[in-house]
Amino acid sequence: MSQIGVIFKRELASYVATPLAYVFTVIFLVLAGSFAFFFGGFFDNGQADLRAFFNYHPWLYLFLVPALSMRLWAEERKSGTLELLMTLPISLRDMVVGKFLAAWVFTGVALILTCPIWFTVNFLGDPDNGVILASYLGSWLMAGAMLSVGSCISACTKNQVIAFIVSVVVCFLMMVSGWEIVIGWWPDWMADWFIESVAALSFLTHFNAFAKGVLDLRDVLYFVIMIAGWLTATAIVIDMKKAN
Amino acid sequence: MIRIDNLTKSFGPFTAVNGLSFSVAPGEVLGFLGPNGAGKSTTMKMITGFLAPTSGKVTVFDHDATEQPLKAKELIGYLPEGAPSYGDMTPRQFLKFIAQVRGFRGSELNARVQRVEKALHLEAVFDQPIETLSKGFKRRVGLAQAIIHDPKVLILDEPTDGLDPNQKQEVRNLIANLSKDKIVIVSTHILEEVSAVCTRAIIIAGGKILADGTPQELEARSRYHGAISMSLQGAGNAESELVKLPQVASVETDEGHLVVFPKAGQSLFAPVNELISKQGWQVDELHVERGRLDEVFRTITGEVA
Repeated sequence: MSQIGVIFKRELASYVATPLAYVFTVIFLVLAGSFAFFFGGFFDNGQADLRAFFNYHPWLYLFLVPALSMRLWAEERKSGTLELLMTLPISLRDMVVGKFLAAWVFTGVALILTCPIWFTVNFLGDPDNGVILASYLGSWLMAGAMLSVGSCISACTKNQVIAFIVSVVVCFLMMVSGWEIVIGWWPDWMADWFIESVAALSFLTHFNAFAKGVLDLRDVLYFVIMIAGWLTATAIVIDMKKAN
Repeated sequence: MIRIDNLTKSFGPFTAVNGLSFSVAPGEVLGFLGPNGAGKSTTMKMITGFLAPTSGKVTVFDHDATEQPLKAKELIGYLPEGAPSYGDMTPRQFLKFIAQVRGFRGSELNARVQRVEKALHLEAVFDQPIETLSKGFKRRVGLAQAIIHDPKVLILDEPTDGLDPNQKQEVRNLIANLSKDKIVIVSTHILEEVSAVCTRAIIIAGGKILADGTPQELEARSRYHGAISMSLQGAGNAESELVKLPQVASVETDEGHLVVFPKAGQSLFAPVNELISKQGWQVDELHVERGRLDEVFRTITGEVA
């Protein structure tokens, strides 16, 4: 456990030491705010809720989270520090979890910094704060799931640009797999249970449940299992590909 | 004690290390020699537990590097090739991080960081980002990282590669001054380094051991071993006279010097000295060669290539 802490602290410190942290946070806050006001019609809706704000989170994450996750392992591999790290007395699990947690906590901080919009809606009206809290939780869990996907893809390559693009594509597929249009695309002879399983894997389906204020343990579990699964895959990929 | 038993590593159809076996005892400084691509780095990566062997075994003080990797890694300090480190950290932050991973906390941690800061003369750059440092300082940060926990086993992959002569000398002094009960394995292709710091040298090529002995023993395998190199004045007949000596195998001219090679097992100094005084040649320079490692290296590794 203490080893996870050491990795976590170094990783988090490296975000703050580079411009990455500031660029990420500022762009996230600006985009999250402007999407809510301009596209979401935050004021025009005339309702005291944050649906307009949370609706755009998946699409923001689609580009911002891979930008954060692309360097997780690709950079270590490219600079040779992966070899240094892996010859220190520290288990692969601690490294993978420590680095992931740092990135996840960092997105959590960016998310917390959006709280002025929460204050605003409370000032203007009388929103259901339970729904907003659930939405924040769902948004953070979804960011974590996308980070874990990105972590695994970053472990596959030395090249951060490739890691970014592939992560965007995979996250996009995992988001839209629940859409009617995608479900309808599967050929008729496919078993229903298969199509339903793929649809059930969609980030959006589970995130929307949170956004409606429904805090179902199954949705939490979905994201937790998703994160654990992708992180396990990360460890396996690193172990397999460490020689190249 | 490090024991390496029939170690093999293949990457697809390519065998980088092929059935290597040797052991290293505390107090030995082992020079690992070989041309580029000989399997030096791959072997070191297996000893340090970064790569898993295709077959064979590495044991570090009774800990199997594959089965008890963390125990083995605790005992080892490792400088990977090129001395990688986190460029955005300062040496102070980086060394603190390594010390924390190594399990040090509090005042013990600070004491260790200070000790390596002094040992490697990092004071001037200790709070600058590592990416802004010169190659020599980066290498020293890498070395500091490797010795911070005072390891029983120190594995250095080309520690002096790309350094200037002063920095090379400093790194060699550092290796020589490490306490005498450590195992040190240094890979290099600089042969003077082997004579300067190593108590033992292994030459590998094509993933196999070609020679294993003290630097002196390897030098003795050189045809220059025991040869006399000299430069004479007014001795036009020197070559023909020297060849007549019964102990002499051959005489060659090498950049204005005469090099006299002995027959196997014969000593040349006394007879050559006698001949010089008899003939009344004027000697500008004369010395007995110990043997040339680079020549041994070329001969041995050339046979494989």
